[in-house]
Amino acid sequence: MTTTTMAPIPVAPPTVRKRRSTPAETGWRTLRMVLLVTFAALILMPIYVVLVTSFKSPADFRVTEAWNIPDRLSFTGWRAAWDALAPALARSMVMATAAAVISSILGSMNGFVFAKWRFPGSSVIFTMFLFGMFIPYQAVMIPLQQIMIAMNSSALFMSGIPTLIVVHVIYGIPICTLIFRNYYATAVPTDIIEAARVDGAGMLRTYWSIVLPISAPAFVVTLIWQFTSAWNDFLFALFLTDRNTGPVTFALQELASAQNPDYSRMMAGVLVASLPTLLVYIFLGRYFVRGLMSGSVK
Amino acid sequence: MWKKWQGFWLVLPSIVLVLVFVYGLIAQTFATSMAPLTRRTFAGNEQVVSPGGFDNYAQLLADERYQRALWNLLVLTIVFVGGTMLFGMLWALLLEKGVTAEGFFRSVYLFPMAVSFIASGTVWKWLLSPGIGDHEAIGLNRLFIMFGLPELQSRWWSDPGPFNMAAMAMPAVWQLAGYVMALFLAGFRGISEDQREAARVDGASEWRIYRHVLFPQLSPIALSALIIIGHMSMKTFDLIYAIAGQNNYVADVPATLMWVQLFSQRNAPVAAANATILLLIVALVVIPYLIYTNRTEKGGR
Repeated sequence: MTTTTMAPIPVAPPTVRKRRSTPAETGWRTLRMVLLVTFAALILMPIYVVLVTSFKSPADFRVTEAWNIPDRLSFTGWRAAWDALAPALARSMVMATAAAVISSILGSMNGFVFAKWRFPGSSVIFTMFLFGMFIPYQAVMIPLQQIMIAMNSSALFMSGIPTLIVVHVIYGIPICTLIFRNYYATAVPTDIIEAARVDGAGMLRTYWSIVLPISAPAFVVTLIWQFTSAWNDFLFALFLTDRNTGPVTFALQELASAQNPDYSRMMAGVLVASLPTLLVYIFLGRYFVRGLMSGSVK
Repeated sequence: MWKKWQGFWLVLPSIVLVLVFVYGLIAQTFATSMAPLTRRTFAGNEQVVSPGGFDNYAQLLADERYQRALWNLLVLTIVFVGGTMLFGMLWALLLEKGVTAEGFFRSVYLFPMAVSFIASGTVWKWLLSPGIGDHEAIGLNRLFIMFGLPELQSRWWSDPGPFNMAAMAMPAVWQLAGYVMALFLAGFRGISEDQREAARVDGASEWRIYRHVLFPQLSPIALSALIIIGHMSMKTFDLIYAIAGQNNYVADVPATLMWVQLFSQRNAPVAAANATILLLIVALVVIPYLIYTNRTEKGGR
């Protein structure tokens, strides 16, 4: 199946022809709406828990009233969560942004070559890249950690966030290459490339003047995708950083696993740590979905 | 000759990085999995604890905790994959003909994907709190008490029984069913309206249209979804770490047990053997899929 993976989910539903509907159809439509609303409520239930709990003061938390809305609004939990997470939040912001930008640039160059400027054996190399997308990272973690430890003794400036940037860029190569390759394969007509070639433009010139200027849609997709996965990563953070150098997922995990759980701080922390990716999702959700799609069908 | 290889030079940095950090480190992990385990004794001598080679694998496979982890992974994967496919397909079916506020429902069903497993795991740890009874129950157990259904209370993932990991799959399904929905929805919308119309003109019932016209065209998407979710399930780590803590026998899967073996048991060779087997299991699923998609793509051109 040759799928144009960059195609978004068509937003407009198929047009509904106007005609009088039978009682059965009305009944079915009502049932469908009831089901949809019920599922939406179930999906949003954790959000309700987060909001309700985070605005309770720790002293007001009673197990019997765990699901009730707070008697009075308290911001104690929010303040405590912010104080605990702010430094890690800043580190995550730097880390995820840098990782997203660098992976996208690499992905764009790779995707251009694999789609439009192939070389002998390029499809084998491409498949080798793709496999890197699926591996369980446990399979590289032990030597990776040894490299990290060795590097920390000789190049201390690399420890923490810089290490994570490098790691996310490297293991982001497969998905970014795939997204750009699929985009270029459909969005850039081969005729234009041929014409540029006939006119004497070399590979770099073709990439720079013809391909790069129309790459914005794919860049948006990879930037969002890489930002989200770097932001949400925990495995690399756990193996390669510590509480003083780690990203916000690390800090949140520390906060949530403390003895004597302070639920209001914990739940406020969940929202604080998720806010950037949630905002990205709310405002740029379309592109997020495209990133999801391209990760699946080749 | 130079022209032919031009593209190669542009990709070379990435090729080197992937060769070293994916394939090189995998080879390194395998080497570690064959290494002998030594410990420094009190007197300061090196003592060989295990001789290395495939003995490490034998030791791992004989470990009851690893066997339990494999079983847990099987239960988790079946419920995770089954749940996401079921709800993903159901939601796609409910939405595919277009309903009022479709965009809203789509966004709600998909939003958990934007959240990290650590964040959602923190909330689900609360929802799936094992405390039972009026003095202890919070989360879902408290909800059951409030609705007058106290017999539904459960110890969830911390139940020592064999199927506790089905509870661990709940947050995973919550997080990824929307993704499967998006895949199926894109599939439905990719099928032209003419095909349904033609079938209708031929007198086919709605059910038969789904059964014989639409579903067969969705099977490549179903396969993709199956592979993606299946391999994600095998890699599940963050979620279990966030919900059950870092060292919890009943909720172990190979991916989390590897962390315990490496840091609590200080047994890098066995941890590496565990990681290697995990990689093999994933590769067994993914490589045929990559070859298959590669081939069908070429055939389609």
